[in-house]
Amino acid sequence: MTEYTKPKLVVVGNGMAGMRTVEELLKRAPDKYDITVYGAEPRVNYNRIMLSPLLAGEKTYDEIVLNDWEWYKDNNIELHSGDPIISIHPQTKTLVAESGSTEKYDKLLLATGSDPIVIPVPGHKLEGVISFRDISDVDRMTEAAKHKKDAVVIGGGLLGLEAAYGLSTLGMKVTVLHLAPHLMERQLDTAAGHLLQNELEARGINIVTGADTSELVGDDRVEGVKLKDGQTFSADLVVMAVGIRPNIHLAKSSGIACGRGILVDDNMITSDDDVLAVGECVEHRGMCYGLVAPIWDMAKALADTLAAADTSGFQGSLLSTKLKVTGVDLFSAGAFEGDDETEDIVFRDASRGVYKRLVLRDNKVDGLVLYGDTADGPWYFQMLKEGSDVSEFRDTMIFGQNLEAGADLDPFKAVADLSADAEICGCNGVCKGDIQNAITNKDLTDLDQVRQHTKASSSCGSCTGLVEKLIGYTLGNAFVANDGPKPMCGCTDWTHDEVRRLIIAKELKTIPDVYQALEWKTPDGCHSCRPATNYYLLCAWPGEYVDDSRSRFINERVHANIQKDGTYSVIPRMWGGQTSSKELRAIADVVDKFGIPTVKVTGGQRIDLLGVKKEQLPAVWADLNAAGMVSGHAYGKSLRTVKTCVGSDWCRFGTQDSTGLGVKLEEETWGSWMPHKFKMAVSGCPRNCAEATIKDFGIVCVESGYELHVGGNGGIKVRATDLLCKVETEQEAIDYCMAFIQLYREDAHYLERTAPWIERVGLDYVKKRLLDDPAERGELRARFIESQEDSQNDPWAERAAGVDKHEFKSLERV
Amino acid sequence: MTTNTHMNFVRVCKVEDVPFQGARRLETPVGEIAIFKTSDGEIFALKNECPHKRGPLSEGIIHGHAVTCPLHNWVIDLQTGEAMGADKGCTPKLPVDVRNDGQIYLGLLVETEEKIPA
Repeated sequence: MTEYTKPKLVVVGNGMAGMRTVEELLKRAPDKYDITVYGAEPRVNYNRIMLSPLLAGEKTYDEIVLNDWEWYKDNNIELHSGDPIISIHPQTKTLVAESGSTEKYDKLLLATGSDPIVIPVPGHKLEGVISFRDISDVDRMTEAAKHKKDAVVIGGGLLGLEAAYGLSTLGMKVTVLHLAPHLMERQLDTAAGHLLQNELEARGINIVTGADTSELVGDDRVEGVKLKDGQTFSADLVVMAVGIRPNIHLAKSSGIACGRGILVDDNMITSDDDVLAVGECVEHRGMCYGLVAPIWDMAKALADTLAAADTSGFQGSLLSTKLKVTGVDLFSAGAFEGDDETEDIVFRDASRGVYKRLVLRDNKVDGLVLYGDTADGPWYFQMLKEGSDVSEFRDTMIFGQNLEAGADLDPFKAVADLSADAEICGCNGVCKGDIQNAITNKDLTDLDQVRQHTKASSSCGSCTGLVEKLIGYTLGNAFVANDGPKPMCGCTDWTHDEVRRLIIAKELKTIPDVYQALEWKTPDGCHSCRPATNYYLLCAWPGEYVDDSRSRFINERVHANIQKDGTYSVIPRMWGGQTSSKELRAIADVVDKFGIPTVKVTGGQRIDLLGVKKEQLPAVWADLNAAGMVSGHAYGKSLRTVKTCVGSDWCRFGTQDSTGLGVKLEEETWGSWMPHKFKMAVSGCPRNCAEATIKDFGIVCVESGYELHVGGNGGIKVRATDLLCKVETEQEAIDYCMAFIQLYREDAHYLERTAPWIERVGLDYVKKRLLDDPAERGELRARFIESQEDSQNDPWAERAAGVDKHEFKSLERV
Repeated sequence: MTTNTHMNFVRVCKVEDVPFQGARRLETPVGEIAIFKTSDGEIFALKNECPHKRGPLSEGIIHGHAVTCPLHNWVIDLQTGEAMGADKGCTPKLPVDVRNDGQIYLGLLVETEEKIPA
């Protein structure tokens, strides 16, 4: 009996193309090969297209890692990073690495990528002249930006502009020198090129087109760039981003056929049957590719070949382009320049900065350029790929897909019409079908889960809207069908409403009592049910229940907002959004004394002190207390702020004293714990400057009294308020507010804002409880006042005086 | 010269200095460490960094033998340091020892350089 040994696959190149091929192969045939990978860079595989966001500081290195060390280990892949292969010997099927070690292969995959093109002008070897290709280039740019002033980027294509944007974000004064008459001429037409130029110039990037570089000047270090027309630009850093060239040295020197790139057939096989190639190093049907989408297509075709699956091979790809410059939306595809036989459909909206151009040939989309509004890019691109006849709707197609659907009747129309292989996430090459399969097979219900399981929308995020629509569309009826009451969490089968009722019916008064009596499945719950149970007990037994700080989210436990770096933000209360010179002076003193790095005015008319260390919190609070300020509860599921306009005191339109009413409301309701955060506003007239109609409880003053609005939300899903009723006096407004809050406190599920609560129970129910019976309204108000007796103690003062000391103090260093 | 590595247990605090379902943190030569005490009184120690975005685990809600990171709700198994559920990642775990003196001892790997006797 002979022992079966797996054939050995060696991958040269630990970049995106090579590893994507390995991933695709593992999906198809997980055990077919022993896999070894050689990479020149001393690190794991990262997302090279995210170098620009990395440079701009919008992403960290960790966030752009595609496969971490664990991944190689988990998949039994031997990784030699930082050890490039230096020669191939196809006759003996042997490789030699720089370290001197040799490696045998049965199948060899070349994924050597490309090298940046360096223009051989005088001075191109000076120090300070770099390209924009890998992490070390990013490091060099980041380092340069710390000490140097002027940067010149040669090349106004995709990569050059992203580099320019990144350097400019880092504070450098950037000039882009571009040879062609307009920017990104391979992806944009003249009009869009100029729109882009205006946008970048408005951001402080200097752009020179028709610029032909003659030399780089400087002794050891680069000092400037000289053009053929004699213009010079001073430069502490020069980035050459004029293009890439397939890296074919290794293949060529071992006799594998090469043109501009390594020549491959549709199955990605080179002139040697056991050597395959993928990615930017490849030339296929006369084309070399430098964008990610066609490379993913190659990876799939190649994985099919390796797995011996039926395959139609790689057929070449149509290209579409997006620019990763934050705030610039740009999409182009196909042959957008047009010729005598094409027709243009052009749409311009100067005030919104939107330009769209579709190039049609024989009633089919031949190319397109979108600037400023790219939402319909995938739709047009799909028509381009499929060669669809557009004659039936060509009159209106420029206005986008929603118009085709008869305005906005069906929000899912856009995703419903895409075919299963339409690409949704360009960064990770995830198609509509992949996402739908994952949602269905793995019972995914939200964006985070879809990100975890498919990687869609987890890189640059520009497809997030589409992914969300796709989730809604896929879950569709199933979502509605399952929409009955759900258990609180995996720890119990009881629903939120049932737990609340049973707490009162069985007189359960502590969390352990609840878990015991209701037969919880876990010893002490989880991060979801414990805070909820704590709140339900607090609401049910005011004055009696002892709050459990261990069941509070960190923000409520330490009365400040945790930030991404583990520091905290502190927001003192400013009643009704009013402050004084004394408070501002005290805040300024605190900022100086504790070296607080950032001071920010919030949307709710408060001042936010960001970057306070946990150990500093009690002392910061003590100083704020001394100036009369208390906790603003900006961290809590509780009353946040009452936003006001200046009202009749100052405003010539003001009808009532909106600021005064705001202050009174805040004094009555601060400190109250609620199912979720709760925001209020009072506007002095229907112009509504305090935006009262997107608050949980908003008052709009009119000449004859006060309109009371409820259930508004300005967050992820904007919801305008419903009008509850109109009252004549300030006191009534305050009384209704307290009754409304108590109803919300007693009725809503934990972590349910008023907007979804009202949509769940219906406005009629809320009106019935608050308006139909004045006695019931009075009881609600009375219960609210009772609950407030124990909640209006400033938690900051308590902690400044020593409560929960251990929370704020680290143990002794060892 | 040669390098020896051995586990050195250092005293960090009394068991009652850590609240039930709570955590304390401390600086060590290997970075910031979180000491956890679960509701059943067990003591665990992990590097105070979520494998996801380095959130401080000491600030999380502790339930069963797990802690939920305060930044993005990853749930980390205190016994292994591994992320639970669909998330993938692992935080280094450190050995702890509760001794008869009622003190918690934390195991730190220490490198010492020794001369090989001639």
